[in-house]
Amino acid sequence: MSAPLPPALRRYAGHPFWQAVAILVLAYVLVVWVVPLLPGSAIVPKSVVLQYMVTVLVGVLIYVSDSEARWTRFKEPINAMLVEPRLRVVRSGVLTAVTAVVGLVAYGQVKTTVAAPPNLRSIHPAPPTEITFRGKSITLTGLENPLRQHADSLPTYLAEGKQVYYRNCLPCHGDHLDGLGHYASGFNPLPANFQDNGTIAQLTESFVFWRVAKGGPGLPREGTPWNSAMPKWEDFLTEREIWSVILFLYDQTGWKPRTWEKAESGGAK
Amino acid sequence: MTDSALLLLQAAADTTRAYGEFPVIGARAAVWIAAEVHLMFAAFVLGVPMFAVVAEAIGLFGKDQRYDRLAREFTRLLLVAYSATAIWGAVLVFFLATLYPRFWAYLTTIFGPSMWVYAGLFFCESFTLYLYYYGWDRWKYGRTKLVHWGLGILLNVWGTVVMFIANSWLTYMMTPPRDITPTTDPATIKLWHAIANATWMPINVHRVIANVVFGGAIVAAYASYRFLVAKTDEERAHYDWMGYVGNFIAISALIVLPFAGYWLGREIYQYDQSMGITMMGGFMSWLWVIQAFLIAVLFLTGNYYLWIGMGRIPGAERFQPYTKYLLLVLVLGAIVWGTPHTMIADSKELAAMGGSHHPLLGALGVMSAKNTAVNLMILTTFLSFLLYRRANTRPVVPWARTGTLIQAAMFVVAAGVVLFYGIRGYFVEAIVRIGFSVYQVLAVLACIVCVTVIDILMGRGAASLGAIRWGKMPPRSQYALFILAVTFTWLMGLMGFARSGIRQYWHVWQVMQDTSKYAATPALGYASKMISLCVLIFLSLVGFVFWLGGLAEKSTFVPAGEGEKGARHVGH
Repeated sequence: MSAPLPPALRRYAGHPFWQAVAILVLAYVLVVWVVPLLPGSAIVPKSVVLQYMVTVLVGVLIYVSDSEARWTRFKEPINAMLVEPRLRVVRSGVLTAVTAVVGLVAYGQVKTTVAAPPNLRSIHPAPPTEITFRGKSITLTGLENPLRQHADSLPTYLAEGKQVYYRNCLPCHGDHLDGLGHYASGFNPLPANFQDNGTIAQLTESFVFWRVAKGGPGLPREGTPWNSAMPKWEDFLTEREIWSVILFLYDQTGWKPRTWEKAESGGAK
Repeated sequence: MTDSALLLLQAAADTTRAYGEFPVIGARAAVWIAAEVHLMFAAFVLGVPMFAVVAEAIGLFGKDQRYDRLAREFTRLLLVAYSATAIWGAVLVFFLATLYPRFWAYLTTIFGPSMWVYAGLFFCESFTLYLYYYGWDRWKYGRTKLVHWGLGILLNVWGTVVMFIANSWLTYMMTPPRDITPTTDPATIKLWHAIANATWMPINVHRVIANVVFGGAIVAAYASYRFLVAKTDEERAHYDWMGYVGNFIAISALIVLPFAGYWLGREIYQYDQSMGITMMGGFMSWLWVIQAFLIAVLFLTGNYYLWIGMGRIPGAERFQPYTKYLLLVLVLGAIVWGTPHTMIADSKELAAMGGSHHPLLGALGVMSAKNTAVNLMILTTFLSFLLYRRANTRPVVPWARTGTLIQAAMFVVAAGVVLFYGIRGYFVEAIVRIGFSVYQVLAVLACIVCVTVIDILMGRGAASLGAIRWGKMPPRSQYALFILAVTFTWLMGLMGFARSGIRQYWHVWQVMQDTSKYAATPALGYASKMISLCVLIFLSLVGFVFWLGGLAEKSTFVPAGEGEKGARHVGH
């Protein structure tokens, strides 16, 4: 059984102003320090921290002002701090702190830094309906991996795909298919992590075929700069080799490719 | 000959006469402003009559004069708003004809007859409006009042058909039937074939609902303006009540709007996956993060208004302690709803995350999480309404306790279904996951319908705990209504751009290229500024319309005791 709070602390805990302060501090600590400590997590980008904190701030403001009584109580310490003579020191301290924070934020915004500016990068380029592969037209819409039609030969294709992967893809995409190959640290953005459920797990095999075949140079004009170092593999691999390596990627990661929705007419959509 | 060669030929065939130029801001910006402001006024003049005719019906059948006067007050504003809509419509047509003559000629070749019908219906609509407004006093009693109400319905029918016709033109630009190619002679395209394209009906449904939302929000904003400048308690009471009604209609319709939007998005994906990916996952995807923010603002502000409103309802004290839990769900929902899948990060943060997907929070950036969050936010908002509605009543039916328990169980089951499919969505392939959203939506809708029916039955003969103290609202509640109207307007502009912008450098998707110097899709920052400017122009003009409305006639508020129920009215 937990011990009751001391009366002075209970007074603060029950006051909407200090509740608001506590919620904001708690939310900040949670997002900035606790989330990165969770297993498999990483630091939260500043843009997301800002987004979360603004949402929490709006929530807190709604909480303190949705009842007249709570709103009046919430404003009491602020009014007191601004006008009461006995709080002159606190007033001076708060006003100085607010000015300093504004100054620091402004300084942080304008100081020179060697870091590249944050990149607003769209991750899913829109595929064309049709591509030309070594002079042959291939319609991507509704296209399935043709090798899957030969169930008996799948082990052969997988072995071929494995070979293709280790000969060509390994240096960047890594032994674990996690985008951490030997050369990975030289790229920004990092090579795709196929183990992540946000990459091939979300895509049709035809999309992956288009990305492998056309690489960075084949990315659409909108959303540039893509900064992709992915080669245009149609210059080095045959159509069958590309489909084989795609089979291998899905087999090795355990993801299932996105499938096409069947239209009423029977065609794929 | 390949398609790309044909497209090149088409581009080469364009002469300088295909495009005109507009001074200073350029042709695209001119058409953009004209189209957007026209559309906003059109939404206003389509949304408000829906509001007016429903209000008149409540006044007529519920024998409450306040609703009848409310309907009339808004119809008066419509007269000026109609002129503004027509003026901006004419500006748009002139701009299109002079700045994009070739494209305009193409559209008129296909849709010419529908444009004549459009003009005829607009004529009918305008004169029905005049009859509706100027006949208010003449057809006030008995059967003639029913005829008058019928005119209101007719006004809505004309308006809706007019909108459907205009929708066919813009949806054809997005999703022309698949058998139409760059070489198809527009004169050979059958009119109905072009009208009944893949996104026509989804847009029609989406816009009808959105217009109801918009009409309600504008009504509420008007009421809040009149509340803030009111001189007497009676006036404040009237406009407080009007603001409540506007907000109620706006939020009620907003609850079903995401489902209509989802249908539209799905049709776009099905028509052309690259268009869908550009919109949701590609370079337009950041608009959806902004949209998520704005929708969260709508939900939070709508609920906030209700919670403040509980302060003027005797008996609401029973429910007020629970609003903080509703707020918690809404804030958590807003956080999940707004978490981007691809995050803005500097190089250090990118390296630490191993890419632009956060290894943990990235899970909140996918559709399973988003659908779960928005469905729970809708359920929470509905619960807020329910508590507000019940605040000053106590059910007297013998099965009241059982009924309340059944309602609670329905909420729990609906939330459980939403959460179950939300979590399960992470463990199934995409094609199965897409289907889960339908179950989530059905669970929420079923809960809303069943709980409402039970509540209506349970509320029969309910004991009153006291009359609502209309007018006893702090000013900040009225600013909340302003925020709602501005947010709705801004959202309309932003999402309209997302829908229209995914055509990229095509006037008609993969049929007719935009070969003007403005063919490139504008950057999101530029687009946001343009949309904000349109919102500013529209709201300034609407403010002017409100002011004119005040000039033309005095307020129609009903002082306490004058109406058949008057300000002593207890229910909602």
